[in-house]
Amino acid sequence: MAQLICQNLSLGYDAKAILHDLSFSVDAGDYLCIVGENGSGKSTLMKTILGLQAPIHGEVLIGDGLRRNEIGYLPQQTVVQKDFPASVIEIVLSGCQGRCGIRPFYNSKEKQLAGKAMEKMGIGDITKRCYRELSGGQQQRVLLARALCATQKILLLDEPVAGLDPKATAELYQLIYELNQIDGITVIMISHDVTTAIEYASHILHIGKTVFFGRKEEYIKNQSKDLFGMTERGDKS
Amino acid sequence: MSTILNKLSMYMQYPFVIHALIVGVLIAFCSSLLGVTLVLKRFSFIGDGLSHVAFGGMAVATILNFTNDMPLILTITVICAVLLLRTGQNTKLKGDATLAMLSVGALAIGYLLMNIFSTSSNLTGDVCTTLFGSTSILTLTKTEVWLSVVLSIVVVSIFILFYNKIFAVTFDESFAQATGTKAELYNLLIAVVVAVIVVIAMNLVGSLLVSALVIFPALSAMRIFKSFKAVTICSATLSVFCALTGILVSILGSTPVGSTIVAVDIVAFFIACIIEKVSRR
Repeated sequence: MAQLICQNLSLGYDAKAILHDLSFSVDAGDYLCIVGENGSGKSTLMKTILGLQAPIHGEVLIGDGLRRNEIGYLPQQTVVQKDFPASVIEIVLSGCQGRCGIRPFYNSKEKQLAGKAMEKMGIGDITKRCYRELSGGQQQRVLLARALCATQKILLLDEPVAGLDPKATAELYQLIYELNQIDGITVIMISHDVTTAIEYASHILHIGKTVFFGRKEEYIKNQSKDLFGMTERGDKS
Repeated sequence: MSTILNKLSMYMQYPFVIHALIVGVLIAFCSSLLGVTLVLKRFSFIGDGLSHVAFGGMAVATILNFTNDMPLILTITVICAVLLLRTGQNTKLKGDATLAMLSVGALAIGYLLMNIFSTSSNLTGDVCTTLFGSTSILTLTKTEVWLSVVLSIVVVSIFILFYNKIFAVTFDESFAQATGTKAELYNLLIAVVVAVIVVIAMNLVGSLLVSALVIFPALSAMRIFKSFKAVTICSATLSVFCALTGILVSILGSTPVGSTIVAVDIVAFFIACIIEKVSRR
């Protein structure tokens, strides 16, 4: 059974739908890239999947033993976070919050989990550093480590490389790819960058005027016929 | 020096001075705890708005001739805090506009009511006292002292128990919500606790200066420290220290208590700025 199924979704704000009748499903271990123009509803779709926003019509189902609080999420950075006085370890640990339930403090198992996540993201040596003093790439790794504390199964990433330099971008893409390939974590990622999306993803969901969902090979075939009008625009950010 | 000490030890024999010190320390401690969260969530003005609401509440309580006005003020302020949070999520009326409306509205209505119905011969003095808390901390009744103690204990235990959750919600609300933390519930909790703090802090510095108590120690601590825990601890320590210094100075120099404490807070903030500049080099 699929981990995530979206059935006849219509979504948008204030009952005004920007996306109609969208259906797709994601299996465990998939790497799905969501691409589309600005304002086509990519972030809204992600918020709906996460349950932060109710769909106007249709439903989001989760299966395959996945529970609501086992979804890891890497949101776009907010203004609040830019000058937030918090150490790396504090932020990563906050990813365990969903496991705590009503329990007020973290237990040693959760602290271990956070430690492992930071090692995996290559930030094990800066756990005491202040988040606001880190580089953009390091900050994203911190947030990714936090997401890993929340899940071992599925990660939702909202433009994880926005604002990063090319080197940090490549490194982050590689990290995410390894999480998908080695740890078998399902990845659903929003991206502006169609070229890299195609390079790493196994499936593509293109939303906008035309909607496409399928394996990336089919997408490339369609794209070469320029069905989506993406080629002349290239990757814009 | 010895004359100052003599004068102090003389004052210390009066129970009202002891009461003022106890309540002052407790209030300063509580108000600084949530200050960090409020500043970081860009909610600095909620304290201010709520304190004006509390002023309105106090006006109503005075008119109704309540002997103990704290419960009524507390209820009104908590309700307003909840309402503010609700409308903050409503896209039609933006949070900051609602806040401004409520805050000046409550101030105006409060003063108006006091003016129309007041039986006191010294109305301006009364209003000034409520706004700037010039003497109220020195005229606390035993019940008020106990109420402050109990409320402070409640606030501190809530803060400690929910410390990690408050952090998660402050740092990233949508992540917290997506991973199963009830962010709205904790926002509500924060608003209610802030309302409680504002009401007890009104005795110390008066309703106009309450938000200074909430935000100054937090801002100072954020200059120097780099982790949330360190900032919170520093902010609480600093706030208590400034409140103690302020109360003692005001007793010795016969200055108004509230404004003296805030003045000490401001000095502390500038010292923190200098420390930040120096340590960066």
